[in-house]
Amino acid sequence: MNKLKREERLVRLALLTVSFSAVSILTVITAFIFTEGVPIILKYGFKSFLAGMNWYPSEKSFGLLPMIAGSLMVTIGALIIGVPLGLSCAVFLTEFSSKGLRRAIKPAIELLAGIPSVVYGFMGVILLVPFIRRTFGGPGFSVLASSIILGIMILPTIISISIDSLLAVPSAYREGSIALGATRWQTTKMVLFPAARSGIVASIILGMGRAIGETMAVIMVAGNAVAVPASLLSPVRTLTSNIALEMGYASGEHRQALFATGVILFIIIMILNTIANMTSSRKKV
Amino acid sequence: MRLNPKVEQGLVKAGLQVMTAATVFILLSIIVFILRKGLPVLDFSFLTKNPVDMGRGGGIFSTIIGTLVLTLVAVLIAAPFGVGTAIFLTEYTWENRVTRIIRFGADCLAGIPSIIFGLFGFILFVTKLGFGWSVLSGGLTLAFMILPTIIRTSEEAIKSVPAAYRQVSFSLGSTRWQMVTRVVLPAALPGIVTGIILSIGRSIGETAAVIFTAGSALHLPTSIFSSSRTMAVHFYILAREGISMSNAYGTAAILVISVLIINLLTYYLMERFIRKYS
Repeated sequence: MNKLKREERLVRLALLTVSFSAVSILTVITAFIFTEGVPIILKYGFKSFLAGMNWYPSEKSFGLLPMIAGSLMVTIGALIIGVPLGLSCAVFLTEFSSKGLRRAIKPAIELLAGIPSVVYGFMGVILLVPFIRRTFGGPGFSVLASSIILGIMILPTIISISIDSLLAVPSAYREGSIALGATRWQTTKMVLFPAARSGIVASIILGMGRAIGETMAVIMVAGNAVAVPASLLSPVRTLTSNIALEMGYASGEHRQALFATGVILFIIIMILNTIANMTSSRKKV
Repeated sequence: MRLNPKVEQGLVKAGLQVMTAATVFILLSIIVFILRKGLPVLDFSFLTKNPVDMGRGGGIFSTIIGTLVLTLVAVLIAAPFGVGTAIFLTEYTWENRVTRIIRFGADCLAGIPSIIFGLFGFILFVTKLGFGWSVLSGGLTLAFMILPTIIRTSEEAIKSVPAAYRQVSFSLGSTRWQMVTRVVLPAALPGIVTGIILSIGRSIGETAAVIFTAGSALHLPTSIFSSSRTMAVHFYILAREGISMSNAYGTAAILVISVLIINLLTYYLMERFIRKYS
């Protein structure tokens, strides 16, 4: 019996150790990215990184403003396209369609979440970029193309989490509102949206995180020129593509500057994650 | 004048219908397009021959093997840690500060973009530890990436095993570990496997984290220290450098088909698992 008890204690200790793997990995990643990236930020000054307009690594000029602006523009663009489509889809499938239709469409949309991002990027290059070039002029590789591709890529995330949070609203809320004579749409607008708000907001923030963090699809359609985009049709380079495009050959301070890009990206993502965690956990309390 | 609620409702419904149809159409047309262009390229030799001349000719055999080996390494590393974490969180503790830290870590890890994993894997495994561009570096990086998925799905699976199973096991005098290994894990296995399959799907499609850690060598990997190219990386290089459009379509079709099969399988297993316990 004593042997069993000792075994039990060992198992417990082992599992506790294993359980800290995710936290330790997070710590190690953070430590590595920051120790590689922060020294060069300190050397040239935080301001010159964040506000510098010029990125000429060979001349030791590491301004990230064009990439920060680029990331923000394509992410906002992706939200403008993805959020209305995604939320409409979620509302239609939960409130206005038959259960059978939802059962058929929701899994189909979730299947699509697994399509590799390079495939989305490829579709952008083959279909979207030439279309934009013909219709609106410009090179086609643009803020617009990136926003559309990212907007489509975040649809499954937004739809599936929004559907779950709308379905989690107790049906008594719906029944009460309908019983008071409200139409379905009034019920959705005035009762369900406020009740499911935290889940919907979380779905949008997660979609936003996915759009900011996406790399390969954006590289393929964005054009990647280092300049703050003058219009929707100008080429753009994001923080993620900046890392991926130059990582292959960078060395010395240039490589450190790419890690500094990673630091900025990391901070943005962490802020978004924390907000998403806070909004989605507040409701459960 | 305010719109009549009935009219408003009708308009909104029509609008939502159009938006939903558009969304489903966009997403489905991606699959249809890739399959229509890619399926004609596929034949037996495309699957079984190695790429020739940077991928201009030949097939994609070595990249299929590269993908499989890399995924296998990632799952072998991540699964024990992920499932172990899930067991600890569900069976060996209660909600407290420690579990909150563990969950916070997993959630944050899930949100980190793949390029950051790539950057990290490159600096730690490829350069600092000297593994070079290799299956090992790529597998470890992918393992870190899929760990949160495995933790979360395993936790859900273990939680859904009815409490009565545990009570019966305890009442027969088993220790907690005996209860976990002989009662809870077998019952939760289908759910755990589902989570692992889901993360396999994610590994197969990953490019940014893999290209900087596993490299892009076209030959068959001979050991875990040899560099290897996955299908997703191969497709990216073919398409981006314009090496061969028809082979790019073929590779994309294989990628899409395998991801769809994996996701369908996951969905089917999940449905069965949920039905069993509810």
